[in-house]
Amino acid sequence: MKTIFERPTSDATDGLFPRPSEGRPMDKHGIEDDLFRTGPPRIPSVSEPIVVRHYTALSKTNFGVDDGFYPLGSCTMKYNPKINEDLAGLPGFTNLHPMSDPELVQGVLKLLHELTRLLERMAGLPAVSLQPVAGAHGELTGMFLFKRHFEERGEANRTRILLPDSAHGTNPASAALAGFSVAEIPSDDRGMVDIEALRSMLDETVAGIMLTVPNTLGIFEERILEITEAVHGAGGLCYFDGANLNAFLGRACPGDMGADVFHFNVHKTLSTPHGGGGPGAGPIAVSEELADYLPIPRIVERDATYGLDWDRPRSIGAVHSFYGNVLVAVKAYAYLLQLGDEGLRDASANAVLNANYLQTRLKSTFELPYDGLCKHEFVLSAKGLPNGINALDVAKRLIDYGIHPPTIYFPLIVREALMIEPTETEGKAALDHFVDVMEQIATEADAEPDLLRTAPHEAPVRRLDQTRAARDAVLTYPMEGPAS
Amino acid sequence: MQRYVPNTSADRREMLAAIGRESVDELFSDIPTAIKERFHPLDLAPRSELEVSARLAEMAAANVGSSLVPFLGGGVYDHYIPSVVSHIVSRSEFSTAYTPYQPEVSQGTLTAMFEFQTMTSELTGMEIANASMYDGATALAEAALMAERIRGCKRIAVVRTLFPHLRRVLETYAWASGVSLLELPYNLSGRGDFSDLPDELSALIVQTPNAFGVIESLKGLKERIGDALLIVSAYPLSLGLLEPPGAFGADVVVGEGQSLGLPMAYGGPMLGLFATRKAYLRQMPGRVAGQTVDAEGNVGYVMAAQTREQHIRRGRATSNICTNSALCALAATVYLASVGGNGLRGVAELNLEKAHALAERITKLDRFDLAFDGPFFNEFVVRTTENPIAVKARLADAGFLVAQPADLAALGVERGLRIAVTEKRTQDEIDRFVAVLGGSE
Repeated sequence: MKTIFERPTSDATDGLFPRPSEGRPMDKHGIEDDLFRTGPPRIPSVSEPIVVRHYTALSKTNFGVDDGFYPLGSCTMKYNPKINEDLAGLPGFTNLHPMSDPELVQGVLKLLHELTRLLERMAGLPAVSLQPVAGAHGELTGMFLFKRHFEERGEANRTRILLPDSAHGTNPASAALAGFSVAEIPSDDRGMVDIEALRSMLDETVAGIMLTVPNTLGIFEERILEITEAVHGAGGLCYFDGANLNAFLGRACPGDMGADVFHFNVHKTLSTPHGGGGPGAGPIAVSEELADYLPIPRIVERDATYGLDWDRPRSIGAVHSFYGNVLVAVKAYAYLLQLGDEGLRDASANAVLNANYLQTRLKSTFELPYDGLCKHEFVLSAKGLPNGINALDVAKRLIDYGIHPPTIYFPLIVREALMIEPTETEGKAALDHFVDVMEQIATEADAEPDLLRTAPHEAPVRRLDQTRAARDAVLTYPMEGPAS
Repeated sequence: MQRYVPNTSADRREMLAAIGRESVDELFSDIPTAIKERFHPLDLAPRSELEVSARLAEMAAANVGSSLVPFLGGGVYDHYIPSVVSHIVSRSEFSTAYTPYQPEVSQGTLTAMFEFQTMTSELTGMEIANASMYDGATALAEAALMAERIRGCKRIAVVRTLFPHLRRVLETYAWASGVSLLELPYNLSGRGDFSDLPDELSALIVQTPNAFGVIESLKGLKERIGDALLIVSAYPLSLGLLEPPGAFGADVVVGEGQSLGLPMAYGGPMLGLFATRKAYLRQMPGRVAGQTVDAEGNVGYVMAAQTREQHIRRGRATSNICTNSALCALAATVYLASVGGNGLRGVAELNLEKAHALAERITKLDRFDLAFDGPFFNEFVVRTTENPIAVKARLADAGFLVAQPADLAALGVERGLRIAVTEKRTQDEIDRFVAVLGGSE
């Protein structure tokens, strides 16, 4: 693809803004000469029709949920209701300055407060902060809470976080960023936490555990209560990664499983669009014991008047400039109001039914390392395919059939992993088509392996060379002309 | 069944039969009964799209602040957003895509990331930039942690004139990493006072224009801090006119990108900018797009330098960041492409002119004077002999927003009011603002 820097430039100089100075030389207003740029930034002037065509052309090389089936495991790529975009775009929400007095923004504070209450009930935990803006940001905030908790208790010796070997990469990275060291708990032969191994690791250096429920294999930890009891019994805390909440919406609460902190991935479970990598939202729900540590400010209500409480001396402080991704919160709130309890149960029912249906139908063609009831997703392996065809080849060939590839090579405990999550917003017809395509690809792996090795053939570009990008690291377009 | 679910009851029956189950409830038999029994619903009845629209429209209307005229900045500004921006950003091929793990079907997102990195590098005067951070505050906090990783020393100096919302987040991240922040004062001009620099630093953090709106002079600063990294938090729109921090030797430039085509949105989503030297690529947090070729030699883009990232390096990653602000970065890219370098300079000039025109008129009023004589861009602090809270209330009654006087008091400025002027403020608004300000006590 061409970049905007390679498009025809224009000499049009105005139109968007009134002209400054009307021909007078610019007054420097006491700013020292050497603080001015010598020339304008080297960003080309491009006429509006060309700008629009350029970005429209770029958009057509992208694949979103609106384009087709997107079974990207662990990402819950469900349909993003259009009405939510319209509501988040209301000027009554978009035109609000974050430092406005609370009496001028009662509507948005009420919305955030009500969303907070709904999320508390969904989590089965007494307090929620909407401040974290991504799942990993929620994890980091949760780890900050752990740290503050043990600092206050005089247990600074608790410096280790345990996590299963199937954990998301963000989990250990978040723990490390908060100053903890991490240790892996092995999974047992059914893909669940090896409880005996966990028990042997628990001691007075352990701050807690980070778990994903159901885990990244799509399996519900049957002994979850034993796990959390063991950790609590050893003086540790339990963090639950909420990436897989879609599996039990409207049926169970993490707080009832022993979670001390739970994060929501609003851009997964609560249907807000992912935007090609954000903005998302990662609110956290916490136990009573940790509530005082939540980020400031807290949104509070008194006699139906809403305000911001900054006076929380035990708080860890702020983790975001303001109150989190408010417009994302507006979409999530609209989604919850539309679904209600009934809709949430429908969501998990269909998400889990779809996943089990696909698992059953695909396991005769692809290896299924952990067989049994799955939740909203499951993991196949491509390692049994003939001619050395791997998960990457399968993924790229799916593109030719108009299907977004699943998550591949994750979780790390499955070789040649294909992690498939259909979500509830696909119907049986789409799933049957996916099965047909996967079976066709398996046939091709045997009969025409080169077709897979050289896939995709029908995409805007052919297979891209990742190694070269890593080696050469060309990260910016070379601009012409002197820099300032 | 809710309207986002295509399966019919006949579909569900067939699917259950195919997997050999009697009911949907059976699919949840692996969740311990004790947990399911404790479950409490939300007590929330489903509502129609029509009802939800009405309810949210009512909530939006209750935000009376959205129709007031902001002379309020402090890091988030009421700039004009060209119409093109929302039209492009709302294309669902962009908005409903995930992080571009599969580059062959994500060239739109990846090419735009590459353009964004190029534009951010150009604006800041740095060699490389990442594809975005959550906001300006987390960008700054992660810059501080990067400096600590590179220099290995847990002391960072920060000028007192950092916006309070940046300072709060920086403090949280610094605490968790055991980094101590040493505060530098400001001088009578409202600029950072660097006369007494501490030694043994990992970094020096300066914001420009600072919390008083005063443009810092960064000249010679880098030479004075030895091995420490110079981290500058800059206002990107001002960089259409002002010399980029990179030209003064900055090692990391961060900023809040909201001024480049994003609404104020009650503070989120925002857009963190992060630019640095190429030598620090391996230590940089965040996603980055890189150029490569496909199997036929055509140019394309992929996520590069992924070995720094959490999904590869896990506990040894440079950051935990995964989902960031991609769509906001796209908005900024389209904004900059629409405006162009000349246009950005023009709009920056408009901000400068309007702000100074207003400042000049305010200083002619009896009870107001500029608090500092340092040069400013589009925001400045005035001191008043009145109670600033009363002045702020008088302005609010007339439909104008200004900053909280308490924020300035926390920085040691008593009886101060901070006023921001963007290109959107009309002559009429400015006239009325002056009239209200000069009106009776």
